[in-house]
Amino acid sequence: MRNDDPRLPSSPGFWRSPLRGTGFTSVLGLVLLVGITVLFVTGLVSYAAYNPDLSPVNDQTPDKGILGFYLFAWPTDPHWLYRFTQGLHVTLGITLIPILLAKLWSVVPRLFALPPARSLAHALERLSLLLLVGGGLFEFTTGVLNVQLAYVFPGSFYPLHFYGAWVFFAAFVAHAVLKVPAALRAVRRPGREQGDLVSPRPGPPTVSRRGALWFVGGASLLFFATTVGQSIGGVLRRTALLAPHGGADPGGGPNGFQINKTAAYAGIDTRETGAEAWRLVVTGRGGTVRLSRAQLLRMPLHSSALPIACVEGWSTADQWWRGVRLRDLAALVGHDGDPPDLFVESLQRHGAFRRAALRANQVADPRSLLALYVNGEALSPDHGYPARIIVPAAPGVLNTKWVARLTFGDL
Amino acid sequence: MRTRPPLGSPLQILLLACSFALAGYAGVRLFADDWRGVALWLVGAALLHDLVLLPLYTLADRAVVGGLGGRRAWVMYVRVPAALCALLLLVWFPLISGMMEERYRSATGMSTDGFLARWLLITAVLFGGSALLLALRLRRATKRRAPAVH
Repeated sequence: MRNDDPRLPSSPGFWRSPLRGTGFTSVLGLVLLVGITVLFVTGLVSYAAYNPDLSPVNDQTPDKGILGFYLFAWPTDPHWLYRFTQGLHVTLGITLIPILLAKLWSVVPRLFALPPARSLAHALERLSLLLLVGGGLFEFTTGVLNVQLAYVFPGSFYPLHFYGAWVFFAAFVAHAVLKVPAALRAVRRPGREQGDLVSPRPGPPTVSRRGALWFVGGASLLFFATTVGQSIGGVLRRTALLAPHGGADPGGGPNGFQINKTAAYAGIDTRETGAEAWRLVVTGRGGTVRLSRAQLLRMPLHSSALPIACVEGWSTADQWWRGVRLRDLAALVGHDGDPPDLFVESLQRHGAFRRAALRANQVADPRSLLALYVNGEALSPDHGYPARIIVPAAPGVLNTKWVARLTFGDL
Repeated sequence: MRTRPPLGSPLQILLLACSFALAGYAGVRLFADDWRGVALWLVGAALLHDLVLLPLYTLADRAVVGGLGGRRAWVMYVRVPAALCALLLLVWFPLISGMMEERYRSATGMSTDGFLARWLLITAVLFGGSALLLALRLRRATKRRAPAVH
């Protein structure tokens, strides 16, 4: 069988671009090697930030098995830790999209190359490439859709993105081991393009290879520049022109910062949150107390400046919260001096994180509050009135809003 | 003499076997709930990209190159803004199209109204900037040629 009919994509002559070659692909591949490794590590870090091994309510992937081997107790310092790691994860992922697409474009002739397999090793490699390309596009697509709240993928985001990441990374590591030596050689010795990707009958060029790399880099820069502001906040939020939490803040005033789920979304009934109806139920080894908001306000109040940082990558600058320390509430129900873990329940009717668990180190931190005020004003309904949790460095969904019940004790 | 299919590098086979084993371990968990849907997305993503998206933008690019005739130096002035605004639209389509309006509003307290306008403005700036650069370049080229006319 001959593969040299240039009308067929299996023929090298079908591919006319003079840009293709090992050197061009290698530059893009090495950028992705670094970038995707950072994405994978920050993704694993985000899973650890939920403290999934503390309680089933924190764990969206309970069947993880050995894939949770690295989990550790999530710290509370620095207080911007999750803001940084998750902002990096999402912003970098979006920034890498043009590079990923350019890389796939640069190697597309190999998809059609014949014979399908030259050896068993080659056949396995091509099969692995399906996991690499399919898995990679799956991870980028589910991530991009999730931050836009477009839950059209087949199932819950957390297991899809987490297990999908491991499938993708397994193929990614194998691909890197097989290709990095050649990529480094090609980048160290630039010059004439070589290898099977070079077109045997290239068309006239419309752009130099250097120009094409600038083009891809510029596209990445555009994505970065129109996204990163949502993770920085302040005036820079306005530069995030297309990011889901870019542009303007929702309203002005002390409560006018980014909202994760509104009271309407969570199904909060104002009859339950009024002064007459709402009581915080606090339970510990010393018994149970029921506190009205007025009683909470008579306890020692403390302030801490902490951000809201969402798994979707956006975050707010530090807000000035004021409320009762979690460890003071623990002391109230018999845990004086050694606050244990804490199980928090919200008034929220549905949603994965209406219940959340906090670890003892998070409860003990003097900055961890049951907040009643933000920026000098009572919490708005959308920010969790009558009371919400705020813990340094914790993912947004663990800062439970509309708190109804606190249960102290080892989980 | 009978020819056996070659094995290839045994190291590569071992490496890939190890990779498949790990992918399989995660894969059974990935496929646990809705294996048809996940398989469709995983394989579909690769096929949709390789057999639909890439051919489409290649054809569009060829149409631009062909439409400009011999002026190959002009190609990038069209290709760059067109590719950038198309890619922004592709990535942020759920927000720009307004299809997420209801959920977005109830989750964030904001409206998706601004996204389409901002994308259009970015598109205008990209094409306008590109046109301006091309005009400047053409002006410089005519100026350089002008003395030779005399």
